[in-house]
Amino acid sequence: MFANFDYQVILDNVGILWDGMLITFLLTGVALVGGIIFGTVLALMRLSRFKVLSFAAGRYVDAFRSTPLILVIFWFYFAMPIIGLQAIGGLGSVLIAFTLFEAAYYCEIIRAGIQSVTRAQIHAGQALGLTYFQTMQYVILPQAFRNMVPVLLTQAIVLFQDTSLVYVVGLKDFLTAADLVAVRDNRVVELYAAAAVVYFVLCFASSLWVRRLRRQYAI
Amino acid sequence: MAMKYNWDWSIILCRSPEEEPTAAVEPGTLAPDATSAVGGGAGQFFDTGASCAQPYFDWIVSGVSWTIIVACAAWVITFSLGSIIGIARTVDQPVVRAVATAYVEFFRNIPLLLQMFLWFFVVPELLPEDAGRWVKRELPLPEYWTAIVCLGMYHASRTAEQVRAGIESIPRGQTQAGLAMGLTQFQVYRHVLLPVSYRIIIPPLTSDFMGIFKNSSVALTIGVMELTAQSRQIAEYTFNIFEIFTVATLIYMVVTLIVVTVMRFVEAKVRIPGTIAMGAD
Amino acid sequence: MSKLKLLMATLVLAALAVPASAAELYGTLKKIKDSGTIAMGHREASVPFAYIGPEGKPIGYTVDLCYKVIDKIKKDLNMPDLKVKLVPVTSQTRIPLLANGTIDIECGSTTNNLTRSKQIDYLAVTFITGTKLAVKKGSGIKEIEDMDGKAIALSLGTTNEKAIKRIAKAKGIKLKYHMVKDHPQGWLALDTDRVDAYATDDVLLYGLISKSKDASKFVVTGRFLSYDPYGIMVRRDDSAMRLLGNTVLADLMRSGEMQKIYDKWFNPGPTGINMPISSTLKTAYEIQALPY
Repeated sequence: MFANFDYQVILDNVGILWDGMLITFLLTGVALVGGIIFGTVLALMRLSRFKVLSFAAGRYVDAFRSTPLILVIFWFYFAMPIIGLQAIGGLGSVLIAFTLFEAAYYCEIIRAGIQSVTRAQIHAGQALGLTYFQTMQYVILPQAFRNMVPVLLTQAIVLFQDTSLVYVVGLKDFLTAADLVAVRDNRVVELYAAAAVVYFVLCFASSLWVRRLRRQYAI
Repeated sequence: MAMKYNWDWSIILCRSPEEEPTAAVEPGTLAPDATSAVGGGAGQFFDTGASCAQPYFDWIVSGVSWTIIVACAAWVITFSLGSIIGIARTVDQPVVRAVATAYVEFFRNIPLLLQMFLWFFVVPELLPEDAGRWVKRELPLPEYWTAIVCLGMYHASRTAEQVRAGIESIPRGQTQAGLAMGLTQFQVYRHVLLPVSYRIIIPPLTSDFMGIFKNSSVALTIGVMELTAQSRQIAEYTFNIFEIFTVATLIYMVVTLIVVTVMRFVEAKVRIPGTIAMGAD
Repeated sequence: MSKLKLLMATLVLAALAVPASAAELYGTLKKIKDSGTIAMGHREASVPFAYIGPEGKPIGYTVDLCYKVIDKIKKDLNMPDLKVKLVPVTSQTRIPLLANGTIDIECGSTTNNLTRSKQIDYLAVTFITGTKLAVKKGSGIKEIEDMDGKAIALSLGTTNEKAIKRIAKAKGIKLKYHMVKDHPQGWLALDTDRVDAYATDDVLLYGLISKSKDASKFVVTGRFLSYDPYGIMVRRDDSAMRLLGNTVLADLMRSGEMQKIYDKWFNPGPTGINMPISSTLKTAYEIQALPY
């Protein structure tokens, strides 16, 4: 089958594939930023003294972490528009689904990061007269994020790969675009192989970079 | 604009389908088929309350069974292959280490969904014609076997990393002590390193299993009718989307809870006295 | 008496004085008016009803009809700048997405049946077909009875899936099912010998053959295994939208323009499908050409 490997079909469809890659980048970017912001809020809730907050955040994380991402995508794509989420459209629903899903994973990473900062520093902050939020903002979170940058980035690589699951609702990300061309032109081997090479190069290069960061950031 | 939505939890319990008026299947033209298709029991369509058109309960049970079968079978591959690769990454022979590293990097850096497609659509085409034909035609339930192999090999790359981390967490002195006592490298692994490291890595191995369990849903893209696929199918048949997705989500959560509880118990049982177990993931 | 007459005259005048567009909008039309957008769901590989054309945009017989409906919406709602949002759908997503409001109209190759009408609604019948099998030439398969012990591809969520499974059960034919997402995947399964037959509506099979690289390899075989009249889908309990759509279709059928659109796509059509209109469909056009 490789004997008649047709490179031309890939070149002919670079435009479609690139449009797909933009969707993949958009999904990754929004879910990464949104997930980290919401994940930080969840992590602070989990570590809060108020039982209600920590309980709510804990159950949220449990629920999302024990549900398959595909089912979460289905929830937001098919079920949520019924209760009035339709104005945001298909892409919007999926962006929300990814953000909320990733937040549960980032919450746990960030929580571990915060807990890695010694308790003495909170006391030191309080001794200096800082409020809870000032202590978090100026003392704890900067150190915590420094500790967890490599882990956050590793999770981002996982997220980048997971965005391909929008295939199940037909949103045209990179893999879905490749699949569209593959079945349309009956060039399955070429397109899937090309997609695999692209994903591998991007993810492998990123993970090498993360490994280097990990060494630099090690305190 | 909120839509009108008819709540109906009872569809979850549908066991036997109501007899649908069936279209004639005898050879014929369109027209006779047409009359018999709409003839039959036209009256029942006005009864919107009765929605048990299919045995939805049985579909859910079948979906849960397939999810569990696929996940457990894949885990067997993951655990055995992951152990071999993980150990291979720690041995002294550079060639073995390189092969194992290549495996981990390859399977870790390509999305699972694409790996599913590669196994299902590309691999049979690359095999010799007879073998490819066997995979596609003679093998019963090809999509299920493909899903099991694909999930197993994908997660093996992750489990391998846990095994490696477990082995590397053991102080080098223990290996040296073993070798000094005259044990072979094999014996050091068998009697010193592995018994300790497997006990240390129970929590991450548990979360690996949960990963397989959840990721089995990706197999729906190649036609495996597991829990998520069945729930979407029921949603499409009944439009009782909230009810069926709620049930599916609860099933995933309950299974997760059971597995995590059981593994906590196992972990406590085999914990090495004097060590702090790694926190559950 | 004169009082009654006066009252009636006033009522008639009042009714005439209120232009149609000022009537209270509701449902889909209100949503379109409020958002300035209509979301058109379309299939991507239902040749020649709705498929991705050379320009990357959906084209086809049903897509043309949908644009006629959209033109009428523009006119009736006085919205010349109405934006059309294109949303690709599959046989599995079309009904949930229409019912949950993600799309406002579905343009593809959807069978109008009573079970589905519990969830959504249809405009007039625009095509009539039924399930058949596509096989490779020389396979020896003529009818579904010849398929005993063989493998068949079916598209998830289609009436064809249900029809084939029902017949197989009734006749005790043992089939190996290969479930696919959409027509191209089913066709791929047939082309790569994963299955012996792909079952869907016969017109779609001809469409797939006309688009395939080697049309002479395949043949559509057997009798009709189901009756599948197609309709454009709209939301349920929305008479205003349905009336608007059916008015457009009745106008097209009455004026003979429907036949022209048919010929554009089928006779011989851009993919060379070459299907002159059947007498059944011609009669359907005539019956549904409702007067004012």
